[in-house]
Amino acid sequence: MKSDKKKTSEIGKVEKALNLKPEESLEVFSKEKQEEFASTQEKYKDVAQKFQHIDKSNYKEYVFHKSPKSSHFKNMFWAFLVGGLICVLGQAFVELFLYLGMPKPDAFVLASSVLVALAAIFTGFGIYDLLGRFAGAGSTVPITGFSNAIVAPALEFRCEGMIYGLGAKMFLVAGPVIVNGVAISVVIALITLLFTGGGG
Amino acid sequence: MTQNIENNIKKRTIYFDDVYFSEGFSVVGPKELKGKLGDHFDFALINDKYDQKTFEKAERKMFETAIDGVMAKSKVLPIEVDAILGGDLLDQIVSTSFSARKSSASFFGMYTACATYAQSLIMGAALIHGYYNNVICISGSHFSSAERQYRYPLELGVLRSPMTQWTCTGVGATLLTKNAHTPNTPKITAATPGRVIDYDIKDVNNMGAAMAPAACDTLKQFFSDTGKSPQDFDLILTGDLGKLGKEILLDLSKQEGFDLTDNLADCGASLYFTKQKTFQGGSGAACSAIVVNSIILDNLRSGQMRNLLLVGTGALMSQLTAYQGDGIPAVAHLVEITSSVKDAGREPLEKYYQPKKEEIKMKNEKNAKNNNSKNNNVKNKVNNSKSDSKNEMKNKKENKDK
Repeated sequence: MKSDKKKTSEIGKVEKALNLKPEESLEVFSKEKQEEFASTQEKYKDVAQKFQHIDKSNYKEYVFHKSPKSSHFKNMFWAFLVGGLICVLGQAFVELFLYLGMPKPDAFVLASSVLVALAAIFTGFGIYDLLGRFAGAGSTVPITGFSNAIVAPALEFRCEGMIYGLGAKMFLVAGPVIVNGVAISVVIALITLLFTGGGG
Repeated sequence: MTQNIENNIKKRTIYFDDVYFSEGFSVVGPKELKGKLGDHFDFALINDKYDQKTFEKAERKMFETAIDGVMAKSKVLPIEVDAILGGDLLDQIVSTSFSARKSSASFFGMYTACATYAQSLIMGAALIHGYYNNVICISGSHFSSAERQYRYPLELGVLRSPMTQWTCTGVGATLLTKNAHTPNTPKITAATPGRVIDYDIKDVNNMGAAMAPAACDTLKQFFSDTGKSPQDFDLILTGDLGKLGKEILLDLSKQEGFDLTDNLADCGASLYFTKQKTFQGGSGAACSAIVVNSIILDNLRSGQMRNLLLVGTGALMSQLTAYQGDGIPAVAHLVEITSSVKDAGREPLEKYYQPKKEEIKMKNEKNAKNNNSKNNNVKNKVNNSKSDSKNEMKNKKENKDK
């Protein structure tokens, strides 16, 4: 504990030198922060012992140990929740169109196009990227993410003109997805042809 | 181990005689205004676009504002400026060169990514040491234009990695002069230009780890050249290593035999609050420029700080090299800035204790005397420092409140 106290006082010096407000320094030195500081030190104790001499050869490994990891559970939870909600919304549209008396294939097509349009509008208002900040794959994997990937560069490169900006850069993010999608679908089609003899 | 032999044989530190850091001006964006150092900047944009059509144009206008601002603050005429040195993060350093169109001064474009500010200070100091009288060093970046060039479009919903840094929006301009305008003008005394170091980090999101070895190398070179130790300095300020890079630098420096724990601070890590969700802190060419030209300059002038080492760190990669699987080489330039105030750094900080009534009386008398002497000397009054004008403003406000 002694060493911890020393460290915080040393940081205090720097804060003073940087002339921060007292309130901010209080925020930095709150008890929770101190505990956090101590716990991280304990965490990296064995790592520090392992890397007593950092060299060009083991630097990458050292950085990997040192760098903070994104919490998979939290990311997965948000992705599941948001992705699921988007799918529920899509299903709701399908049910609505069926209730209105639309034939089944048309209802599916219309529901997905409504979702695409909604995502494009929300991208324009700057809401969809806020969603993507914490939802991750939950907002990129559904069809809405594809819409976002086309509209975002289109908005961004509009100022370079309609042809060299918007036209050229529109598929900057979505382009690789389309190319790979087509290529993989060809491969899968060939495999199914092999196994089912073209009947399926 | 070949590095050590090189360090011992070749000295890379250069020394300057009469180079004064006479004025600074900082323009920042809205996010930096809400950050930790928000009160200290000269000029802040309410709107990220600065009433322009595109972000690139906004960045250009910010550069123009900074150049005009630093000239207005120091009362130097546009004709008196001999050269403008600087750069930014955009391709072909467009913002700086376009903003220099309006000026009659010679122009030098600089680029070492986020170390641009330190590099332009070194080159500016060298020019003043040999030839010129007034040189403006400028450096800046804009979040939206840099993000668009280096990463993804703004509106694209992507999950940010916890190792990423936030490119700060801002421009910092410095006027270096051969003659000191005021007695408390800080001085640039030495500099160590860095060399390019590549530890083969390939993660574009983890710039701090790529730049920390370069910073360590330059610091080590400086200490071995001058025979000084980190304890001789009030502050060692790295450019934009971020929180992670700062910790790595601490580890690396301990291994190299000098301890920075007392006085290491990072510009990027000290710009934002954690609730602003910038993860590792700020980065970009503006990062060190806006911090040095605002709070650090104030501290050096008021004598709260005796000297500091500014270590600008730059990651020299482009999108192409990243996609082609190359590592991220990095460079770090070091500048030593010292305060000209006598007994600097020894006075207790006013903010951390409440002065007694007698002391306040003494101070007021002192101030009155100083003001009288200043009124006698017109030139001094003209070049009055920023802190004085701030005090006047505060006094006015207090009077109004009463």
